[in-house]
Amino acid sequence: MKKNTIVSFISNNLVPLMFVLICSVAIPLSGFSFSYLLAEIVTRIARNSFLILSLLIPIMAGMGLNFGMTLGAMAGEIGLILVSDWQIWGIPGMILAMIISVPISILLGTISGKIMNLAKGREMITGYIMNYFINGIYQLIVLYAMGVVIPIVHSSILLPRGYGIRNTVSLLAMRQSLDNLLAIRIGTVKIPLFTFIVIALLCLFILWFRKTKLGQDMRAVGQDMEVARASGINVEKTRIISIVISTVLAGFGMIIYLQNMGNLSTYTAHSQIGMFCIAALLVGGASVDKATIGNVFLGVTLFHILFIVAPSAGTKLMGNSMIGEYFRVFVSYAVITFALIMYETKKRKALREVGRSLGLSQTRLSQSKQA
Amino acid sequence: MGKTIIKTDLIDDNNSFMGTVKSAVKSFGLPRLIISLFLLLMFILAPFVGANFFTQLSNTLNRFSWNAVLVLAMVPMIHSGCGLNFGLPLGIIAGLLGATLSIELGFTGATTFWMAILLATPFAVLFGTLYGFLLNKIKGGEMMIATYVGFSAVSLMCMMWLLLPYHSPNMVWGYAGTGLRTTISLDGYFNQALSGFLRINIGHLSIPTGALLFFGILALGIWAFLHTKTGTAMTAVGSNAKFARACGVNIDRVRALSVIMSTWLGAVGILVYEQGFGFIQLYNAPFNMALPAVSAILIGGATVNKASITNVIIGTFLFQGIVTMTPTVINSMIHMDMSEVIRVIVSNGMIIYALTRKSEVSK
Repeated sequence: MKKNTIVSFISNNLVPLMFVLICSVAIPLSGFSFSYLLAEIVTRIARNSFLILSLLIPIMAGMGLNFGMTLGAMAGEIGLILVSDWQIWGIPGMILAMIISVPISILLGTISGKIMNLAKGREMITGYIMNYFINGIYQLIVLYAMGVVIPIVHSSILLPRGYGIRNTVSLLAMRQSLDNLLAIRIGTVKIPLFTFIVIALLCLFILWFRKTKLGQDMRAVGQDMEVARASGINVEKTRIISIVISTVLAGFGMIIYLQNMGNLSTYTAHSQIGMFCIAALLVGGASVDKATIGNVFLGVTLFHILFIVAPSAGTKLMGNSMIGEYFRVFVSYAVITFALIMYETKKRKALREVGRSLGLSQTRLSQSKQA
Repeated sequence: MGKTIIKTDLIDDNNSFMGTVKSAVKSFGLPRLIISLFLLLMFILAPFVGANFFTQLSNTLNRFSWNAVLVLAMVPMIHSGCGLNFGLPLGIIAGLLGATLSIELGFTGATTFWMAILLATPFAVLFGTLYGFLLNKIKGGEMMIATYVGFSAVSLMCMMWLLLPYHSPNMVWGYAGTGLRTTISLDGYFNQALSGFLRINIGHLSIPTGALLFFGILALGIWAFLHTKTGTAMTAVGSNAKFARACGVNIDRVRALSVIMSTWLGAVGILVYEQGFGFIQLYNAPFNMALPAVSAILIGGATVNKASITNVIIGTFLFQGIVTMTPTVINSMIHMDMSEVIRVIVSNGMIIYALTRKSEVSK
């Protein structure tokens, strides 16, 4: 009995355990000091958690990992570009950027949700392609319309040709304005308390949201769309709302992420963000149909430990820092692949079992009739 | 209001001229029609902006010959119901292994090309078998998993290109002596091995006959295969798996075969691409090869579970036509290089359109 629970614990938490193993080998290899590692991890938890938390609600609604969270990130970036052109810095700038991002996120989230409703059963691949599609439109707006159609005053963020935004927009005057609010220093470790308060508020919101009528509806839709529809839930609308919420939160998350970084790579900042967030969530032990707040924090910690130590561990082990860089990219992709495969096989197994139990009850029924 | 009335008229009166036009549009597909008209407009506008029509046509044909086999690699998997082959990078890796091994083993000239195909084949079969086995385990979720299997393989190979014991001085980093370069020139190897064969030059028009011929032979082969017993079984599995099983077809085997074929065609496809392009691109390059091929076949009129050789030819021509024509024409017209953005929007919009078509989901 006891052995069984251990086996099932291992098989249920294979990915996090594997990561603990890899990290425990890679940390000593990298030669980083504990305090350095701790400071880096705290920074990265503050930087990324909000973005990763934005993935939870669509998972609840049964729409899988929202690869379309990048759309929200783009909306947040547009907000930041406009705010930095208007020279509104610090916390007011961040809040204004968030306000600007909301209508854009709602629009993009609605489009994305509607398209996913047309492609039920393949939401993830659709969301994934949506990234590329909306990225094209983002480029159209930022590279060609800004400075022509959308007025941009300051030449410091404009390309020399007179329209389009430069490859990097400096957010130096906004850098860590949220993190430095109420920051506590313990030795060399800076704890951005206010950012953590914001993240905690989002966690509370998610916990509260699960208990609301809408949250319950989403869980019902996530479990079985047909049953939910039969009980009077507007399935399509509920699904769209879940994507809209996720997109809006991703927009906020991106703004928090970028204020920590202090500069915005206009055309590349969002391109990998979805992949890294999803990988981090999965490393924390989440699956395509189930994710908790605990998964987010465990995942972001483990994933980023590997991210910090991999290049220098690679250098020590193989004599080439590129190996470590490639290794961490490989791990991110492999984790996502593994989680997707686990999800699909589990789904098929569940279907088979339903079929088997149906068949069993049929035979029992006929046997009892014969008797 | 007026619009809706006209529309109902058209549906009511199928015999009228407009009715025939409408049904023709429907069978050709509206997106495909728009893209065709757009390309036609580009060709018409080209002379006005100072671009030579025949030079542009040659460019399009040239790029067609590089990419057509990669697009052809979509066909077997679509036929067997495995969906769009987002896992194309797996085949590409087999091709890259073939190409680099062929150079490493000391072959020169056009022989490298044929040796590369030969050397890539066992890798393609191996990868395809494993990949096919995996896809049989996760029926229904192929496309997303295929994407990430491709990505994982590409990033794993990024490490391998650095670590594998290659020594040919034309391929490894000069100062370190190990690790392959990101781009390897094919001069002296199989640069233009096919495209240069029987090339026809008439004024500004230049036709890469060899490469077109090679594609033609492969396409004919696939067409013929799809009409054999196994090929028909493959189509049956794709269009109605239950019916196929009732007819005694071993679904898993047919699907695995289609995956192996697609992977092998991907390997050959990248070699054909490289002989035209003149370089081998390693490391992150295969990441961006699958989406253009997927959208090309969709532009050609294929759907998630239906594709023909005609789709491949039309789609590749339209897609590559847009890729070559828009930079020249649009740039000279409005002095903005919007071609890349247009390409991104058109190609990905096409994939989304295909994914959302209701009639295909139910099957």
